[in-house]
Formats: sequence, C-alpha cells, structure tokens
Amino acid sequence: MKNVSRSYGTFKALDDVSIEIRKGEFFSLLGPSGCGKTTLLRSIAGFDTPDEGVIELDGRNIIPYPPEKRLVNTVFQSYALFPHLNVFENIAFPLRLKKEKESSVRDKVAQYLKLVQLSGHEHKKPAMLSGGQKQRVAIARALINEPSVLLLDEPLSALDAKLRQSLLVELDQIHDKIGITFIYVTHDQSEALSVSDRIAVMNEGKVLQTGTPYEIYESPATDFVARFIGETNLFPATVVSCVPFEQTHMSTLQVDALGSVIRVTDDDYLEAGTHVSFTVRPEKLKITSHPPLTVSKDINLFSGIVDEPIYSGFQSKYYVALACGTIIKVIQQHATYMDEGPAINWKDSVFVSWSAEDGYIVEVIDR
Amino acid sequence: MNSVSFDTRTRHGATFSNVVLILVILFLFLPLFVIITYSFSASKSMEFTTFSLKWYTQLFFDSDELWSAFLNSAVIALSSAAVATVIASGAAIGIMWYRFKGRQYIQILSFLPMVLPEVIIGISMLIFFSAVRLPLGLITIFIAHTTFNLPFVYLLVTARLDEFDISTVEAARDLGANEAQSLVKVVIPSILPGMLSGFLMAVTMSLEDFVITFFVSGPGSTTLPLYVYSMIRYGVSPVINALSFVLILSIMLIAFAMRRFLKTIAASS
Ligand SMILES: Nc1ncnc2c1ncn2[C@@H]1O[C@H](COP(=O)(O)OP(=O)(O)O)[C@@H](O)[C@H]1O
Ligand SMILES: [Mg+2]
Repeated sequence: MKNVSRSYGTFKALDDVSIEIRKGEFFSLLGPSGCGKTTLLRSIAGFDTPDEGVIELDGRNIIPYPPEKRLVNTVFQSYALFPHLNVFENIAFPLRLKKEKESSVRDKVAQYLKLVQLSGHEHKKPAMLSGGQKQRVAIARALINEPSVLLLDEPLSALDAKLRQSLLVELDQIHDKIGITFIYVTHDQSEALSVSDRIAVMNEGKVLQTGTPYEIYESPATDFVARFIGETNLFPATVVSCVPFEQTHMSTLQVDALGSVIRVTDDDYLEAGTHVSFTVRPEKLKITSHPPLTVSKDINLFSGIVDEPIYSGFQSKYYVALACGTIIKVIQQHATYMDEGPAINWKDSVFVSWSAEDGYIVEVIDR
Repeated sequence: MNSVSFDTRTRHGATFSNVVLILVILFLFLPLFVIITYSFSASKSMEFTTFSLKWYTQLFFDSDELWSAFLNSAVIALSSAAVATVIASGAAIGIMWYRFKGRQYIQILSFLPMVLPEVIIGISMLIFFSAVRLPLGLITIFIAHTTFNLPFVYLLVTARLDEFDISTVEAARDLGANEAQSLVKVVIPSILPGMLSGFLMAVTMSLEDFVITFFVSGPGSTTLPLYVYSMIRYGVSPVINALSFVLILSIMLIAFAMRRFLKTIAASS
C-alpha cells in the first residue's frame, strides 16, 4: 500500500502509511493500542476507506471494491461467529453463498476443521465453544474461501497467556501449510517477534520501521522502536570523536546520564558534536562482582550498586544504580546450576561492562 | 448433614409458600371457575341448576353474528400484527444499521402510545380518520391496531438487536455476502425470536382491544370484544360464559404450542 492516510476530523489515524508486503509472508503490524493498526486492517478488508493513497493487491488497486469483492478475509478480534449457525454452517457460510455443491461443501469444511483441529465439533453452536475453539472456527471460516491474504486483528488477545502461546504456534504452522499471506495485528511485541517474517512497527498513525524481527530488535530505527521492542537502556549522547575501526567506525560518545564517555561502533562516520541517541540491550551487559581482569579499549566499564534484583528462574534482571545515579538494566541468563542462590544480591557492589560492538546508535538527531 | 437440613427447610417453607400459591391462584382464577360452572348450567340466572350444554349448542349453531365478529377480530389481529412486525422490525434494523443521529428520540417517541391512555388514542384516531374522510370500518380498525402495535414490536425487536453483534455483519460481508444477503442470512435469523414474540404480543393486544376499536369501528365491522359488550347491554347471556370457556381453552392450547415452538427456536439459536 502506498501513502495511505485516514483522518477522523482533525485526528490522523493513519498518516502517509506505505508498506509493501510480499506474497506468502507472515507480516505483523505492531504498535501500541490506538496507533491505527485496526484502521489500516479495516482499510485492507474494505470496511473503511482511506482519504488518500492506494492499496494494491497483486498490482490492482482494491479501494473501489466492497469487502465481499476482495480476495481478503478477516479473523475478527471478537470472533464474530454467527450465533444462530453451528460450527459446520459457520465455516460453510462462504461456500453456501457461492451455492457450492453439498458434497464439495462437506469435503472442504471437513478439511478446514481438520486444519484447525476441531473435527467432531461440527454440530455445536458457538455459544457452547471455549474462546480458543471459537477463534479456530473463525480462522477456518476465513480460510475456506482461499483468500490471497488473511487479516488477523489481535486474534489471541481475548485468550489467556498459555493458550495464546500454543495458538500462536498453531497459527504459524497453518501459515506454513497453506502458504498464503498473513497480516497479523498485535500490540504484543513478543508475539510479533516470535512468528513474523517481517514486522512494521507503528505509532501514532505512522510506520516507524519495517523489517525482520532481527533487524527491528538489533537495529531499531527510532527511539520509540528501541523502547517498544524488548527492554533497553537508551540515552542521549554527543559525539566526541570518530575514527575508522576495522570495517566500521568507532565513535566516542559523551553520555551525560552515565557521567562519562563510552565507545560504540557504527557503520557511519559521525561528525564530532553530533547529537545521537545510544542504546544497549540489557542482555548484552555483563554483571560481575569483581572488575574484569583485562580492560581493552573497546570495553565500556561502570561500577554501581544493585538496586533491585529480580529473579525469575531462567534469568535474573538487575537494576543497577551507577555512581552518577542513573539506573541501568542488566539481564543475566542462569546457564549453570546455582547451588547457593544467585551470586549477586541486593546492595552488592558490582561492575557492569559491555563491548563497543554491542552498543547501537539509534537516531542521529542533527548532523 | 447438609442435605438433611436443606430438606427440612424446604418442607417448612413449602407449607407456607404452598398456601400463598393456592390463595393467589384462587384469587386469579375464581372468577373464571365461576363462569365455567355457569356455562354448564341450564338456568339463565346466576345459579347452578342442572347440567346442560345448551349454551354451547347455541354458541356454535345459533350465533352467526358472534362468529362473524370473531372472524373480523381474527383477520384484523393477524394482519395488523404481521404488518406491525414487518414495519417495526424494519425500523429497528434500519436505525441500528445506519446509526441515525436521532435514534434516542425515536426510542422516546415510540414509548408515547404506550403511556397515553387508550381513550385519547382512540379519540385522536377518530378525529384523524374523519379529517381525512376515511369511512370507519375494518380498514380503520386495521390501521389503528397496526399503529398501536408498532411500538411494542419495535421495543421487543430492539431489545434483541441490542444483544446483536454488529461485527457479524462485517464478517458476513467479508466472507462474500452483499448487503441484502447479510441482512437475510445474519441479521434476521438473529432477531427472529424477538420478531416472533413481538408478533404474538401484537396478535394478543389486537384481539383483546376494546377502547380504541370502539372509537374507530363502523357499521358492519364489529369485533369480538365489541360484540360481547353489545350482548351484555341486553343482560348477560350464558352464551358469553360458554364463549369464555372456549376462548380460555383455545388460548391455553395456543400458548402451550407457542411455548414449545419458541423453545425449539431458542434452542436452535
Ligand atoms: N470511527 C472512528 N471515529 C473516530 N476516531 C476513530 C474511529 N476509529 C478509530 N478512531 C481512532 O483512531 C485511532 C486508531 O484506532 P485503531 O486503528 O482502532 O487503533 P489500534 O487498532 O492500533 O488500537 C484511535 O485513536 C481511535 O480513537
Ligand atoms: Mg485494534
């Protein structure tokens, strides 16, 4: 879709959105609630008409067509099953509209019931199904028309966490099996990261970044993306100097929040005096009780006191108060058996360090 | 044990509540029992003498006027209820579908005929019909009944529509239905129970209406309630007692049939 905009009064729900989604892709629209994801999805389905822009499907602008003429089907957040029809007739609904032969209706419904693992529930009314089962019916019903694109609007948000996980995996398997394009809307970054081929991160009606989960996590395009995806330590900084380093550039940044300079590698050459924002993910920090034995030039080292350790089995998260008062997040995986509990406790003096290559310059504010 | 104490409590409560229940039933139905008893009495006065079916014979074989009045009532009840159901359901669906700005006001307006005294509605209808020079007769009764039935059906259908999930209409469109198909295959089946109970209510109200009909009926358009009233003016004939029993029986039969019917509909939706 190109340059799609939609306003409600003076409020811009979609602001010049351009996304290219490839055939067969599991594509996620990710953003906080109210950022315009549903509006965008409804524009693709045909329930809402953008003020500007075009939405193309296989090279053809679909905006002039009503919803029933688009090769796109939707799984609604509220399931939207027909309460007066049983599971079989709900799924058969699109086929009945096309007046398909009874035998072919039976075969297809059975096939899609099997796909969503609901065989044997044909004669139940939607009111008798659990939330997860209703969602499966909705998925089967949306797929039976064999659309080019399946739209899913936060399909799992009404389910509990465990079920959400397993249905997500199942959804991914269904996608692999039938190979059509999925456009999946969610506000849950871990959902999007785990199943998507590519993700578009949205905020306030704009697309901030489109890329693979890896790109979006490791090289966020804006501060918002860095903060929204996973956890991070993000600071404004000023470039002090920049020299070539192996294939890239090594910059020295003055970070006021850390009260010191740090080193970071970046592809681009940055003029001294440039304002940037700098991020380093908590799991890339090392936390130790003793200072590292060797301190090379490309290691950034700070000392501090553990302000808040949060133990969660497979890992611990530490909020470390640095000497200058700033709190920095560190996540440490517990890869080995800990007989006597975590080695680092509340109020311990610790050292936090990371390699220049693990830091990342997110935004260059002025050049 | 729990179950034991529960049993004793129901037994104690049962005696008292049973007494109340019997008293209430007596209060409600004693007049009917009296009428039924008299309908089988040979005497014309208010006492039971000997058992006789002569009033029933008279009712069925010698009451042509009564039966033509009954026919009028039935025709008007069924037709006005049907028309009211179609119009009111259409209005309710339309108001939901197109999200009219003034929908609350329509809701309030539709209450008016329910709270207005029937006499006033009757008189205003009469004035209206004479203003447009429509001769009083079956047509005017039909129009009047349709009018006063509309708000009741409208309310019952709207109540059903309030529970209706509008996103199912979008789902239907999404799956290939055009606007008309989504109306016929999704909206109407979902509100059918509401439409049916609205229809039944309209039939009942039309059958039993006396006041409004009294104002808008003309020569040759007597309905059953009007006819019964005119009979009473010449003294209560025991034929009316017989008629009452026949009506009670048939209404009970219809009510039971409808209950089963509505239950199967409810079970299937
Ligand atoms: N029909 C509407 N009228 C006015 N504002 C709307 C309408 N639909 C959506 N909005 C606004 O547009 C914004 C985006 O909504 P939506 O697309 O539903 O967000 P999301 O799905 O990302 O949570 C919200 O701030 C919402 O209030
Ligand atoms: Mg939404």
